[in-house]
Amino acid sequence: MIAELGHFALILAFCLTLPQAFFGLVGAHARKPHWMRVTNGAVAGHFVFAAVAFACLAYAFYVNDFSVLYVAQNSNSALPTFYRFAAVWGAHEGSLVLWLFMQAAWTLSVAGFSRNMPQGMTSRVLGVLGVISAGFALFILTTSNPFERLWPAAVDGRDLNPLLQDPALAVHPPMLYAGYVGMSVPFAFAVAAMLEGKLDSIWARWVRPWANIAWMFLTIGIALGSWWAYYELGWGGWWFWDPVENASFMPWLIATALIHSLAVTEKRGLFKSWTLLLSITGFSLSLLGTFLVRSGIIESVHAFASDPSRGLFILVFLGLCIGVALGLYAWRAPRFRSQAGFAPISRESFLLFNNVLLVAATGLILLGTLYPMFLDAFGLGKISVGPPYFTVAFLIPMLPLAFLLAPGMHASWKRATFERTKRLLLTLFAIALVLGIAIPLVVYGWHSVLTLVGVIVALWIAFSSLIEPLQRLRKRQSLSASVLGMSIAHFGLALFILGATIVESHKEEADLSLAPGQSTEHAGFVFTMNSLREVECPNYRAIESEIVITRDGERVAMLHPQKRIYRVQQNPMTEAGIAGAWNRDLFAAMGEPLGNGAWSLRLQYKPMVRFIWLGAFVVALGGLIAACDRRYRQRVAAEATSPAAAADAKPA
Amino acid sequence: MTPRRRRMVLVGLILLGVGGAVALALTAFQDNLLYYYTPTQVAAGEVPNDRLFRVGGMVTEGSFRREPGSLEAQFVLTDYESNVTVSYTGVLPDLFREGQGIIARGRVARDGRFIAEEVLAKHDENYMPPDVADTLRKQGDKRVTTPIATSTVESGAE
Repeated sequence: MIAELGHFALILAFCLTLPQAFFGLVGAHARKPHWMRVTNGAVAGHFVFAAVAFACLAYAFYVNDFSVLYVAQNSNSALPTFYRFAAVWGAHEGSLVLWLFMQAAWTLSVAGFSRNMPQGMTSRVLGVLGVISAGFALFILTTSNPFERLWPAAVDGRDLNPLLQDPALAVHPPMLYAGYVGMSVPFAFAVAAMLEGKLDSIWARWVRPWANIAWMFLTIGIALGSWWAYYELGWGGWWFWDPVENASFMPWLIATALIHSLAVTEKRGLFKSWTLLLSITGFSLSLLGTFLVRSGIIESVHAFASDPSRGLFILVFLGLCIGVALGLYAWRAPRFRSQAGFAPISRESFLLFNNVLLVAATGLILLGTLYPMFLDAFGLGKISVGPPYFTVAFLIPMLPLAFLLAPGMHASWKRATFERTKRLLLTLFAIALVLGIAIPLVVYGWHSVLTLVGVIVALWIAFSSLIEPLQRLRKRQSLSASVLGMSIAHFGLALFILGATIVESHKEEADLSLAPGQSTEHAGFVFTMNSLREVECPNYRAIESEIVITRDGERVAMLHPQKRIYRVQQNPMTEAGIAGAWNRDLFAAMGEPLGNGAWSLRLQYKPMVRFIWLGAFVVALGGLIAACDRRYRQRVAAEATSPAAAADAKPA
Repeated sequence: MTPRRRRMVLVGLILLGVGGAVALALTAFQDNLLYYYTPTQVAAGEVPNDRLFRVGGMVTEGSFRREPGSLEAQFVLTDYESNVTVSYTGVLPDLFREGQGIIARGRVARDGRFIAEEVLAKHDENYMPPDVADTLRKQGDKRVTTPIATSTVESGAE
């Protein structure tokens, strides 16, 4: 019954996207205010029904309704409640429902926070979002219905993939989807601006907070995914340049370029067409990413063909979105020519470099990701592109970008002379140079020039991102949220570069065999296996080893890595034991029994690895703070003191 | 210089830099292409001997061998037409077992064995490397299973 209710809600949610799209777009075109007003009602209704559909699916999981096929495939009565909820988005159908719900939530927020926008603009944006929601709802209803019944009902479910039974991965997809879906908002704004034929600084000011928030969610989502891969896949890598990862990283790179290009469009009225193009590309890559992952095309094109209707729908939808948007762009972009000029050394130029380099990096990653799929699709052979390519291809554009960051942050618009900050920047560079060479050499020893370069540039960025906030603080001047957010985000980036550089240069890994009572030395630590024991849990059983780590006779940590067998799917899983500290992780993962009581173990020493995720979260925080800048809400605030809000404000 | 000239110079410099970077990246691309071969191709000697490549197949039942307490493992990879002996030192991925489809990255040694640097197993018990599935399909074998697209996570052991 609940499942049918959910299905029905899904159908209603789809139906409501049609008036949302129609009245939004046509109402704005025909300039009919009462038509446009219908849009808001449709948006609210769509949100309610998308939420009901989502809640129904979650409820089916909660009560273990194994007469629903999707639940039977992805849950089990022994699964802990928390993971039963996370299992909702554990596979294709449910994650699309989550996507639809997120899309509805973003659309509702746009409708709610758009009071400072002209009605025509809001209406067009909501209309475009309506078209996107319609596409998704139709996709779910025609090819991926999560409420399909299983008759007779299964006695018990096939269980959630054990890899997904993890707190970070329970939160990772919603964050990532919030980011992917969020990219549809700048996209909708771009299409709306092209339809209206008007794009000015105020438009950029409307888009910036949305782009920032979407980018923030993408950042968190990717960081959580990386963190999960690090400890849950069991092998201690934090980035594999796997197509699935690339699929989420490319929209992030474009979104990063977009938030920088939007700054130029807002402040100087420049880069207008470029901003539009980035908005379109960002969302297209989000779509491409989700579908690459969800259609199974990554596994092999043969899997893609296993459900041709899904693949076809995806391709057509993607083609329509990109095609219509680019067609509109070709038609309307010439109108958005900017007149203002800027000197070769100016903030505009620095941001131009930022954009070119980020787009170049995206292009190179796209090449490495799609090329093997194209060859495979056309039967030209099976290849894969090794991770070293991605590392090189990514570092080439990113190294100059990192060095341009510190001066770029302090360059003034139009023409930058660095009068005020030249000496300070150079002094900071000198300090970064000395510390960046001395500290790694003293602490870790020589590795390579690239290591030193990485540390130097990270320190330089970190120092110079603090200039502005500290100076304002000293002079007791106020600091706008956007400047503060920018400084924090850049500081976070510096932390990330530092962590990534040190861990990639000085990590130490070893595969070895260890039996209870034996010990081994690794990276200056002594690892002793105390014991092996069996552990029984409701949904899995495990063999757990106890490993004591000492250094110079003193106990540093105790690890309990496990090798789990999940009861339903019978897949073995490695649960690594990690002892974390701010400056290093000690990591032990169990391999397999080698006979004579010995086990193969992978031991790792990971210096500064936590800075990678710490940095990413600081970056995301910066994005959030920047999005909260007062000037984005100024007119809302002015209106809030008008009748409606004033009535609310009366003392109760 | 007029602003227009200056901007042209700027654009020119950018293009030059980007061009150089792309050239460098494409070289890296060429160097890092990993070709995929079947055990049949390996057995026939149709594989490069100067670079790494991937070979995919099913681990033959009963072929797994390891000295007690040692990390060095040996097993036979098959596409049901030819066999390749693979040796690997290190921790194998969780889903590695006999009868399972895997992909190994490495090169061929002089004695004909494939020395793997990395062994990958899919997190899907029904996974079969696509070529093996093709071969079996041609032979009308029922062991071919449709890959399930629920999990695309690869677990590797380097």
